[in-house]
Amino acid sequence: MTERNVISVCVNNGIGVLGRVTGLFSRRGYNIISLNVAETENLGISRMTIVAEGDEGVMEQLVKQLRKLYDVSEVKVLRDAVCREHIIMKVGNGPASRQPVIEIANLFRAKVVNVAESRLMLELTGEPEKIDSFIGLLQPYGVKELVRTGISALERD
Amino acid sequence: MRNLTGADIICECLIEQGVDTVFGYPGGAVLNIYDSLYNYSDKIHHVLTAHEQGASHAADGYARSTGKTGVVIATSGPGATNLVTGIATAYMDSVPMVAITGNVACSLLGLDSFQEVDITGITMPITKHNFIVKDVNKLADTLREAFYIAGSGRKGPVLVDVPKDITAQKAEFVNKPLKPYTVNVTMHQDDCIAKAAELIKSAERPFLYTGGGIYGDDGAKTLKAFAELIDAPVSSSLMGQGSFDETDSRYMGMLGMHGTKTAAEAIKNCDLFIAVGTRFSDRVIGNPKTFAPDAKVLHIDIDPAEINKNIKVYHQVIGDSTDVMKKLIKIIPQQSHTDWIGRIKAWEKQYECRQKGTEELTLTPQHLIETLDKLTNGEALIATEVGQSQMWAAQYYAYKHPHQLITSGGLGTMGYGLGAAIGAKCGNPDKTVVNVAGDGSFHMNLNELVTLSKHNIPVVELVINNNVLGMVRQWQRLFYGKRFSQTTLDRPTDYMKLGEAFGIKSFVIDSEDKCEEILREALEVSKTAPVLIEARIDKDINVLPMVPAGKSITEPILEIEIDD
Repeated sequence: MTERNVISVCVNNGIGVLGRVTGLFSRRGYNIISLNVAETENLGISRMTIVAEGDEGVMEQLVKQLRKLYDVSEVKVLRDAVCREHIIMKVGNGPASRQPVIEIANLFRAKVVNVAESRLMLELTGEPEKIDSFIGLLQPYGVKELVRTGISALERD
Repeated sequence: MRNLTGADIICECLIEQGVDTVFGYPGGAVLNIYDSLYNYSDKIHHVLTAHEQGASHAADGYARSTGKTGVVIATSGPGATNLVTGIATAYMDSVPMVAITGNVACSLLGLDSFQEVDITGITMPITKHNFIVKDVNKLADTLREAFYIAGSGRKGPVLVDVPKDITAQKAEFVNKPLKPYTVNVTMHQDDCIAKAAELIKSAERPFLYTGGGIYGDDGAKTLKAFAELIDAPVSSSLMGQGSFDETDSRYMGMLGMHGTKTAAEAIKNCDLFIAVGTRFSDRVIGNPKTFAPDAKVLHIDIDPAEINKNIKVYHQVIGDSTDVMKKLIKIIPQQSHTDWIGRIKAWEKQYECRQKGTEELTLTPQHLIETLDKLTNGEALIATEVGQSQMWAAQYYAYKHPHQLITSGGLGTMGYGLGAAIGAKCGNPDKTVVNVAGDGSFHMNLNELVTLSKHNIPVVELVINNNVLGMVRQWQRLFYGKRFSQTTLDRPTDYMKLGEAFGIKSFVIDSEDKCEEILREALEVSKTAPVLIEARIDKDINVLPMVPAGKSITEPILEIEIDD
């Protein structure tokens, strides 16, 4: 059955490494839903959190093919993990929308990070589902622009 | 400790890795490297080809036939891109190769400079790994790592791109001991081996199938002992030809699109399919749903990613094939499957087929290759091009040693064989090396004939000339209503004159009765000089048996009617 999986990949922090990983996905026809990459506690190593779609066979192949890459030191499909995503968005269609938007933001413990004449800029960190419903609730007030980081995740001990 | 230029460091590293032969072509960005090769010419023999592609195939053929890592050197830009087909060919067939390319100086990188190309970007999907070296202090270790990657685990090509200024800059150089090759994957556990042994012990109709993952005398001996112990019939992929002595009565012939009917019947009826050192290519399995319908599949391979990729397996053992077989031999008692072997023998008798020419005395490829086999005692290294000629070379020559057949199995590279034969001969000067070509493939890279004559590399270039692009024509006949679009070549090439122009003695074989005599004479000449042979055959001889792409491997076509 096709489902979304969160994969954590440790790679050498070097030029072209991202290209090697994404190149593998594209040439083997694996679909990336989101990809997030940054340095770790070890400056030589970056961690990628990739959300990919595929059935059991595809996931098995994907993990094995990733492990064959020279720059990849660790690949894990996360089962029990803390998954978080960060979003920044501009919402509002005039001064009248300000109050209800702030109300929703407070309910989600989102922060108002900028105030303009007709819009607010909000930021929120949470599980992807929470981010989805946050966006959904704000739709009626005019979502002008938004950026999501994609999931970053760590397995629980 | 010595203070050396990058170019000298490259030469020193090659010597450290045991490299004594390299193939290549000079150019602007590798001027320093070639200047250094000039100094090292007593230790490193450089073979200049006519084209970088030929050099890449030569490094590949050298590697396959010697078991060592092949080395090719090319300049930046077009020099580097001309290697691409050769690198991809090596990648698909897991051939250890290190390609060293020059590039423009670091300060010119990324500025679309003259003869600049992003060769690490281009070769990313066709190398095990690649490097660009922007610090001369890292050059030696990078080259060492390149050789290590190429030769360890599942082997493959590695490219090292070196900007021109790096080859001129100096760094301290100290020789280091070689890093031993490792399998580099989580190895099989004992219980995993035990389970494999149980499967083999409980099988009644085992089928042993081998591929290119069997190397050298040790691999061949172990495989033979294993086959005898478990009393199984044996078949090989194209890449595995010779891993099991094909003159042995256990051998059923090749498996796959142009495999034997006996192997196909055995696949249909076996209850355990044991695949050793092979990757289940689509050209072997046909339709995966009907592959070995009554069998459990036991897969032994070094690359975990091959398990369950194309065929769902019942059990797997990850590791070096020969190593795993040795462990199995220790714990499996002698098996006996007399009835099963008897059935195989009966199929062999029932399905024996001889190729027929359209007229009497017409030369058939079967007769030609079998005569070649006879005259070379089945001991020649056979390189091939791709297409019908390749299949005939695979079907009718009885290989006795792993990688005795040097052929582009995965990528199917027309134009591969002549370069590969050059490499094979350079690595095996005492062996007869024949490139079996078709007239189509021959015309792709025939420029390398000049490499044969210039360096006096005594290769036999055997062109089977049917004046058509035979394999494509065969598909057009079967599946495209005999619309022979662009496959009727009928080229006016005069092979005798062509050979003469390159300074190569040439022969023509145009009938079956003269075949042995002329072939014998040509082989005699080839002891000291290269030869070119044109063997003329009918344009409508097909490669049989044949399983149409995606169809069941168990039901090959055995005859194609020619009524036009």
